[in-house]
Amino acid sequence: MSDDATHAELATAPVLEIRGLKVTTHASPAKPILEGIDFSIAPGETLCLVGESGSGKSVTSLAVMGLLPKGSLTVTGGRIALEGDALLDTSPRRLRELRASRMAMIFQEPMTALNPLMRVGEQIEEVLVMHRKGLSSAQRRERVLEMLDQVQLPDIERVYASWPHQLSGGQRQRIMIAMALVLEPKLLIADEPTTALDVTTQKQILKLIKQLQERHGTSVLFITHDMGVVADIADRVCVMRHGAVVETQPIAALLRRPQTDYTRQLLTAVPSLRPRAAREVTDREVVLEAIELEKRYGQTSRWARLSGRASAQTLAASEVNFALTRGRTLGIVGESGSGKSTVARCVMRMIEPTAGGVRVMGKDIASLGRAALRPHRKRIQMIFQDPFRSLNPRLTIGASLIEGPVNYGTPRGEALARAAELLALVGLPKDALARYPHQFSGGQRQRIAIARALAMEPDVLVADEAVSALDVSVQAQVLALLDDIQRRLGVAVLFITHDLRVAAQICDEVMVMQQGVVVEYGPASRVLGAPEHPYTRSLMLAAPGRHWDFSQFRPLEHVLEEAPTSASDAVVHP
Amino acid sequence: MSLSPPHAASDVAGAPVPRRLRFWPRRRPGWTVMIAGVCLALIVIAAILAPWLAPHDPLEMSPANRLKPPGAEYWLGSDAYGRDLLSRVLYGARVSLIVGIGSALISVVIGLPLGILAGFFRGLDSLIMRVMDGLMAIPSVLLAIAIVSLISANLWTVMAAITIPEIPRVVRLVRSVVLSAREEPYVEAAVSLGSSLTTVMWRHLMPNTLAPLIVMSTYICASAILTEAILSFLGAGIGTETPTWGNIMSEGRTYFLIKPSLIFWPGIMLSICILSINLLGDAARDRLDPRLQKRGGAQ
Repeated sequence: MSDDATHAELATAPVLEIRGLKVTTHASPAKPILEGIDFSIAPGETLCLVGESGSGKSVTSLAVMGLLPKGSLTVTGGRIALEGDALLDTSPRRLRELRASRMAMIFQEPMTALNPLMRVGEQIEEVLVMHRKGLSSAQRRERVLEMLDQVQLPDIERVYASWPHQLSGGQRQRIMIAMALVLEPKLLIADEPTTALDVTTQKQILKLIKQLQERHGTSVLFITHDMGVVADIADRVCVMRHGAVVETQPIAALLRRPQTDYTRQLLTAVPSLRPRAAREVTDREVVLEAIELEKRYGQTSRWARLSGRASAQTLAASEVNFALTRGRTLGIVGESGSGKSTVARCVMRMIEPTAGGVRVMGKDIASLGRAALRPHRKRIQMIFQDPFRSLNPRLTIGASLIEGPVNYGTPRGEALARAAELLALVGLPKDALARYPHQFSGGQRQRIAIARALAMEPDVLVADEAVSALDVSVQAQVLALLDDIQRRLGVAVLFITHDLRVAAQICDEVMVMQQGVVVEYGPASRVLGAPEHPYTRSLMLAAPGRHWDFSQFRPLEHVLEEAPTSASDAVVHP
Repeated sequence: MSLSPPHAASDVAGAPVPRRLRFWPRRRPGWTVMIAGVCLALIVIAAILAPWLAPHDPLEMSPANRLKPPGAEYWLGSDAYGRDLLSRVLYGARVSLIVGIGSALISVVIGLPLGILAGFFRGLDSLIMRVMDGLMAIPSVLLAIAIVSLISANLWTVMAAITIPEIPRVVRLVRSVVLSAREEPYVEAAVSLGSSLTTVMWRHLMPNTLAPLIVMSTYICASAILTEAILSFLGAGIGTETPTWGNIMSEGRTYFLIKPSLIFWPGIMLSICILSINLLGDAARDRLDPRLQKRGGAQ
């Protein structure tokens, strides 16, 4: 990492230079979004732009591309130069030429960035049609196939003729990268390109970007909120907050000696991959138990049976067994499609398990009818992923908090008094009761959702990716809150997450799932500290920034190393 | 953002926020909308105050004053029976508005619960929606003629005939909103909080449908007024003993060549009324449904 940094310092003319960039909103009292941004990128360098939501990192990249939404954001000052050409004064026509040939961008959602009505090969070819007028159609096709090969897609002839929906998320992101690099731009802007991908896919995409960058000498402006990714790929890092640059440093220096308090906080908030010590077992009472739980999708229809066709069933979860004791936290980790959310929803009886049992406080609820289930519902409560959708926007916080208790016969006044206590418990002011969800930030809403679940005095909390939508510093606060609540109230937590760092810090036991099957289950310190199953190992190996202990500002000792025998990428490729 | 212990709740927003959720965002409406609002308000006032505003009894015949031109006695002239055209047009507004508003209200009152049930229960869905498909196939004018030829035509039968084919539109709209809203995590949260199904439906799902329903009901109102006028014009509507814009025009048709104002005045009132309601409906849609709003010069 430090070698790259010195290489960057040696380079002379920067590819991209931004000086005093100011952007404001178009509203009548213009609100500043960027307040004088300064940074530059040397040829072949990777600059990571990090910051939490609202820090202005995406606005910066859009300003460079000249893609600020017209009528809502405008550049009011400063200078952006791409290889010496000032971008802010150029004509839209010239900017369009520059956008494809000298700078290109890839986005977070490869799903929406591709036109669903065009074959992917044609979409890449379109770029050549626009900007390389001299090429014949055979030459264009050859060039596109060459790019598809460079981004390491299998069976490139077939991929060329595929529709976007036929490709996986990782493959689509590879297509986007091929499209961005087909004209060999000098600057690649990547706005959270791997955030929507699974860790193993993320690792491959990051590696691919690095390889292509070395091959073509491209400079990369990489926007991310994930310090792990930053540690893995950055040459230099530019930390942003509230529309201003907080500090810019080579990566090694930033991770070891952050200059500002904010960067220090940002790094300290990153949970460590090293599992925390398991808590002492104080209570052996099993509060939640899953026995041979199974969920199949796609029941055999009568027509399919009559016509003798094989039924297309998907096994979302099978033979899932676990036991959760009072006051403990069990984490279910896995990538998308592993069945972890299916298990959570079966346990909550939001979907019906097709086989097996769910015991809450010793009572099997898997096959109870609606009325019989009602008394048991309050024992197990859920915290959802998206705090912006889990609270009814039309109800006050107070109304949301007392809904559950009132349903179970608590008088309104008493329930309201309890709601006020709960708000204090989760660290919100009492006057929040009369306010509406839109008046709170994401982290606050998640606190409210926790208070709502606690109002039922449950024995089990099911948290489905409950901190995944939050910035790291807010995430750290919410995790601390959950820990504190658990210690005070002795509630057991079933914690579903894709984030191994979070799992390592909050779980006592961990269950790893892959394609509906439990592959490893045991104490967190063992499963995450010394994984046995190759899938768990590959997940750990794919975790970004796994060599670094962010909160201690030093490298981790005893890092899990890749087994010399197997290529880790190949093991888990879906 | 500081990282103090959770109880300090350092992420509490300091920014001032509006006290209440604004259902209707405040913004100056465009001039077309203002004019439409004023026109509709005038028509409503005229309809309510018809007994006091009308210079004559709309039914009082005066054979001596047939087809009078506009003048001091008959401001808009008189019809073939010597009845005052102004008074008849004013009274006609009452029927139109009652039919329009009544049809919109009844179709919402019946369609809303059916739509919620269809969106919520898979079993009921196919049943309700097939019935609705059947109703949608009935043209309202033919249904009205059928009903009127079976039972005598009065305000209620005409309103029923107009409303029945409108109900499926409401049911479809409500169902589609409920189908997407029931996937929201807050609805699932309500279920796991032990809320009864009626609570989930009325408290968490129904409010989502209100904004599109307001817009839809303005369109139903306008189209009901138009259908009523068509029925009266065809002679299948409310009898001539109650003046409506439709039957005034129907009677005036005979004298169109010698006295076109018999058709002109009720016709112009009808057009202004429907145009105003539609403009207000469009304005409501722009305000309540941000997805359909015109984007001001976006990329």
